[in-house]
Amino acid sequence: MANKNSEALKQPMWANNPVLVQILGICSALAVTAQLKPAIVMGLSVTVIVAMANVIISLLRNTIPNRIRIIIQLVVVAALVTIVSEILKAFAYDVSVQLSVYVGLIITNCILMGRLEAFAMQNGPWASFLDGIGNGLGYAAILIVVAFVRELFGSGTLFGFQVIPQCFYEAGYLNNGLMIMPPMALVLVGCVIWFHRAKNKDLQEN
Amino acid sequence: MEHFFSLFVRSIFVDNMVFAFFLGMCSFLAVSKNVKTALGLGIAVIFVQFITLPVNYLLQTKVLAPLGLEFLSFILFIAVIAGIVQLVEMIVEKFSPSLYNSLGIFLPLIAVNCAIMGGSLFMQQRIVMDADNTQAITCFGDSIAFALGSGIGWALAIVCLAAIREKMEYCDIPKPLKGVGITFITVGLMAMAFMCFSGLSI
Repeated sequence: MANKNSEALKQPMWANNPVLVQILGICSALAVTAQLKPAIVMGLSVTVIVAMANVIISLLRNTIPNRIRIIIQLVVVAALVTIVSEILKAFAYDVSVQLSVYVGLIITNCILMGRLEAFAMQNGPWASFLDGIGNGLGYAAILIVVAFVRELFGSGTLFGFQVIPQCFYEAGYLNNGLMIMPPMALVLVGCVIWFHRAKNKDLQEN
Repeated sequence: MEHFFSLFVRSIFVDNMVFAFFLGMCSFLAVSKNVKTALGLGIAVIFVQFITLPVNYLLQTKVLAPLGLEFLSFILFIAVIAGIVQLVEMIVEKFSPSLYNSLGIFLPLIAVNCAIMGGSLFMQQRIVMDADNTQAITCFGDSIAFALGSGIGWALAIVCLAAIREKMEYCDIPKPLKGVGITFITVGLMAMAFMCFSGLSI
């Protein structure tokens, strides 16, 4: 049993990553990664919401009528997202402005619906909680990798601090403006998937 | 009328839901393997967007804003979307079984499509913009223009991607990149092409 729980936590980090393998939650993974700070805030918010929603749905799983389960799941998620959004507005206003509509879009983030349907409806609260944390962190990891590359090459900064020395710019180095534009986010995620599949041969398609 | 038209064209090409905001990516990637199903899903999205967005506009301006209940908007919007999707599904099943057979499987998917929810949330942001901004939504007509434009933009994107993926069947792609990887890079290149529209104004 303990083994199964640690599997629920570890699997989504690498071998069954929600973004790279299950291809869930792409929308926000791409949109908030122009800089590291919003990416980390987004990753943490999703982790908290997935874990909480998994626990709530897992507790309710035997009382939810099968036909209206999607609506019930949506309402639980929407309530949690509203709470997180209000907290962000209160304590991290500038980040919540940067994230704009994407906080609200956590409601329709497929990771949530996917995990609720696939895991929380069949498993107990503790295992569901670990599964939610695992998937949230797996998602956050990809966000951080993509945001790191985009912020470093796109604006020469990390967390808003300049890391590429001034003498580089004086010698003629220029920031790659395309990195901040939407298309490069897609290409970068494509490259991360490429790397991941090269390491996990059994995921490759024929 | 001029604003109506420019908002419509702008939301198809410049503020394209997929290429500029990455909305509706999950079903965009999953259902773009052939042109016919992609077109079916595209039409279903236009249809649902066209109904839900004006309804949410009325809800926002007539109910939530006057009562100061904007913090409830997430729950209400998603409930409206899920409810309308269910309703549309029942009506289409009753009156046009042939349309139901071609759209039927996609309709439940649309309730959790971020392009629909995203459209409503963008609408909420754009109501408070200045009236001379080309993105602003100032009246009920504008919300219809935005709904149609963003729906058609999404449908256009998924049909184009499906057509490219059909051609790509015969390409020799490195093994780890096959499937999802190359699709991401293709969408990236399409997004670059769509960036050319960014100077467009009417």
